Amino acid sequence: MIKNSEKQTLYLAEKIAKAKGADETSIGFSQSRDVSVEYRDDAIEKLTESTSQSLWIEIYANGRYSSHSTNDIKKEALSKFIENAVDMTKYLEEDKFRKLPNPDRYKGQTQKELDLYDASLEKLTPETRIANAKALVDELKGKDKRTISISSSFSDSQYYSRILKSNGFEGEREGSSVVHGASISLADENDKKAEGWGYYRARHLNDLVDVPTTTAEALVRAQDSIGREKVETGLYPMLFENRSAGGILWRILGALRGSAIQQKTSFLDGLKGENIASELLSIMDNPHIVRGLGSKIYDDDGFATKPMPVITNGVLNNYYIDDYYGRKLDMEPTTGGTSNLEFGLGKRDGSAIEKDLDKGILVTEFLGGNANGTTGDYSLGVAGWLIENGKRTKAVGEMNISGNLKDLLMNLIEVGNDPWIHSSFRSPALLFDKISFSGN
Amino acid sequence: MKPMSRREFVKLSGTGLAIATLPGFLQNALAKSSGENAYNLYFQRFGVDQDTIRKVMAEALSFGGDYCDLFFQHELSNSIRLQDNIVSSASTNIRLGVGIRVLKSEQTGYSFTEDVSLDAMKKAAKTAGGIASSGKKLPPVEFNFPSFPSYYKTDVSWEDVAVKQKVDILMGINDAVFKEDSRVIKATVNFADSENYIMIATSDGTIATDYQPMLRISVGCTAEQDGDRETNYFDFSARDDIRFLNPSRITRLPKEAVARTVKLFKAQDAPAGELPVVLAAGSAGILLHEAIGHGMEADFNRLGLSVYSEKINQKIAESFVTIVDNGTNENVRGSINVDDEGNPSEETILVENGIMKSYLHDRISAKHYGVKPTGNGRRESFKHNPMPRMRNTYMKSGPHEFEEMISTVKFGILADQFTNGQVNIGPGDFTFYVKSGALIENGKITAPIKDVNIIGNGPEVLKKITMVANDMKLAEGGWTCGKNGQGVPVSQGMPSVLVSAITVGGKA
Repeated sequence: MIKNSEKQTLYLAEKIAKAKGADETSIGFSQSRDVSVEYRDDAIEKLTESTSQSLWIEIYANGRYSSHSTNDIKKEALSKFIENAVDMTKYLEEDKFRKLPNPDRYKGQTQKELDLYDASLEKLTPETRIANAKALVDELKGKDKRTISISSSFSDSQYYSRILKSNGFEGEREGSSVVHGASISLADENDKKAEGWGYYRARHLNDLVDVPTTTAEALVRAQDSIGREKVETGLYPMLFENRSAGGILWRILGALRGSAIQQKTSFLDGLKGENIASELLSIMDNPHIVRGLGSKIYDDDGFATKPMPVITNGVLNNYYIDDYYGRKLDMEPTTGGTSNLEFGLGKRDGSAIEKDLDKGILVTEFLGGNANGTTGDYSLGVAGWLIENGKRTKAVGEMNISGNLKDLLMNLIEVGNDPWIHSSFRSPALLFDKISFSGN
Repeated sequence: MKPMSRREFVKLSGTGLAIATLPGFLQNALAKSSGENAYNLYFQRFGVDQDTIRKVMAEALSFGGDYCDLFFQHELSNSIRLQDNIVSSASTNIRLGVGIRVLKSEQTGYSFTEDVSLDAMKKAAKTAGGIASSGKKLPPVEFNFPSFPSYYKTDVSWEDVAVKQKVDILMGINDAVFKEDSRVIKATVNFADSENYIMIATSDGTIATDYQPMLRISVGCTAEQDGDRETNYFDFSARDDIRFLNPSRITRLPKEAVARTVKLFKAQDAPAGELPVVLAAGSAGILLHEAIGHGMEADFNRLGLSVYSEKINQKIAESFVTIVDNGTNENVRGSINVDDEGNPSEETILVENGIMKSYLHDRISAKHYGVKPTGNGRRESFKHNPMPRMRNTYMKSGPHEFEEMISTVKFGILADQFTNGQVNIGPGDFTFYVKSGALIENGKITAPIKDVNIIGNGPEVLKKITMVANDMKLAEGGWTCGKNGQGVPVSQGMPSVLVSAITVGGKA
């Protein structure tokens, strides 16, 4: 990836902005290269390949602030772009909380090699990518006579970004990601088509989960969804597979953001230091996991990242507070966004927990729904299995779960030991008691 | 065709990004224009001519592709935000580039470049052309320049609206929110506008252009009562200019936002289980978008993946049910004069008097089915390939009355504000989230309810639409439809309807 010329572009942009009247600036540049192959049945369906770039600039002038971005960074265009950006800032109102961060927060970046970039992706040929995508489809051929169509994708991307803040921060990040996935469509009754998918993401190609595991998941999901029925409305224990638990728990993250606290739209406002969940729940934000999908050495404010406990044994330790909302709240900022979420683990995995369940619902998929971050109320569409005496007795679908996230967190009764490491949300299987399911 | 704006205005009023990226020679080409001249303005905007386009196409087709198109885009967007009683945040964004697509039968090769020079375009064309591997096709000798009706005539460019004018509108709304109800503790107003200039050149020999304006204004507020807090919002979106924000709309924004918020204090938990549901006229069209719209997008159907595959000409609903996807509603958010493949927009009838009529087509699917394109080939930007996408999807008015409908329900709910929905195309299961509504008991609307998800199966729910009122309304807010990672602006509409039974996800 190119580097040096962009460094000069950032210095130039800073110089222009200051000459036009900016007091301080924060300028960033990012570039990414994305290649993907989609394969269906016997042929390539789509090939895409491109490189894109973007430059953004935040302007601080006379106590005023605005931000701007463009993908047109030719020298002449850039100069006019910045001139207009500085000009526009004058017409806004003063905001005493808008300042660049205290430079002390830039210091202390981890010295650990996070290994987020896989240079071997640069050598991937189109033929290899196509072969990888085709292998996923081929693995599923002939596996189920109800098959209507099989598709797959293989894609990889590399990104590079650089930030320059006028009070002494300069940083660069690079990384890569590679994803492969397969999906299969099976004929079901009443013209319905059952769908199943499996996909995995990794920073490095050689960390990608193998083809048979990925395709087997797609097939099982499709087969499991055939003949789904609703069960009777009522309160049931609910078990989430590790990969699906994030589907509900990420909804608490929005309520932990400094903007939600400051704007009074968080049901977790005022609860720092309090018990908000079962003591089985511990979550750590860890930005320094080697090859972690959410790992980073500095955050969007330029703060050097460090591990941060979010919830420990049910007690809320920290909110996600960025520099601006920290000032508005008169609270010490932590970091504005999540990195990798690591959970305190239990003693056994999801399938062992399932075998011990007398009667409950195993949730494997979500479909839509929403949560109210201000009150904690949620209502989400789900599908999965009815479990009776440790056995999957009926495929269930077209059902909703509803309640309040405060109660949900308190009703956590078991945590698995099987974190889902293929996401930055590394949840293990989770078992909750007394969840309201609506069906028939 | 919209006239290009007067550049000197920019300097005086702080309008933001405006001219920043335009090549210098464009500044002499600002007069009003029509016909072939209009196309010349687009050529100048992108710094290309017919000959350049032919050269890029020759490269794209040099490996034997059947067809190629070039999608040029220049989009200027602005947004400003009021929070904590001041307008202290603004942003602008410029997006410029060209996407190049090559088709070989139903296979797609796609690439884009943000550098609209001949060399960069030829390089991207070569990449996209790699989908084919034998033969060679020649680019068109002549291009034709069709003209399209305009469904969003505007007079004022967003480039000519001063920041100060927007700031004043936002401040006025903020004051009104706090005056409206003493329980309000926080208000946020977001205002976004954009101008999207597109030009599509196809190897069939067509060059089409469009100017697509858009605005969205959204008012959010949080209120507190006896230690409880509630948040809600109200928004407008339209393909229009600043005149859209007339005094009556500016008055409605804070009023509705506050009314929707404080109403939630009285709301009780929604019931759970299969119940009759009355959907209030307007944005309830989200049900159609999820229950049938996506399933009728022909890319899923040509592959046999949709629950609606092979249902054309079958009766799927009561005879008073007629559903359309229309790109021609005046100034509506999902309207387009031309789709992103250069085909004219239209009203496409999905279901007529209960009978399934037509899928929504893009170029590939229209060719597959041997039908004429329906103008549904849309994409998020030049970085994305087009697919069949909805525009404004709605049901036409029917024979019943709203009050009549309510009176038939013994126990059920009325749903009137919606935030989001989703569907699984294959099985047809879909959901939509009801932000607020009310209970219906013994034929009367009683207590308000809030925050409940509704889940059903598309074809089954369509059969259960047992009454349709004569009060069709289009949604007023800013809906965005996501598919395969691409977002496009859409709208939807609905008369009040009664669904006799559907699963309501309240608390057991």
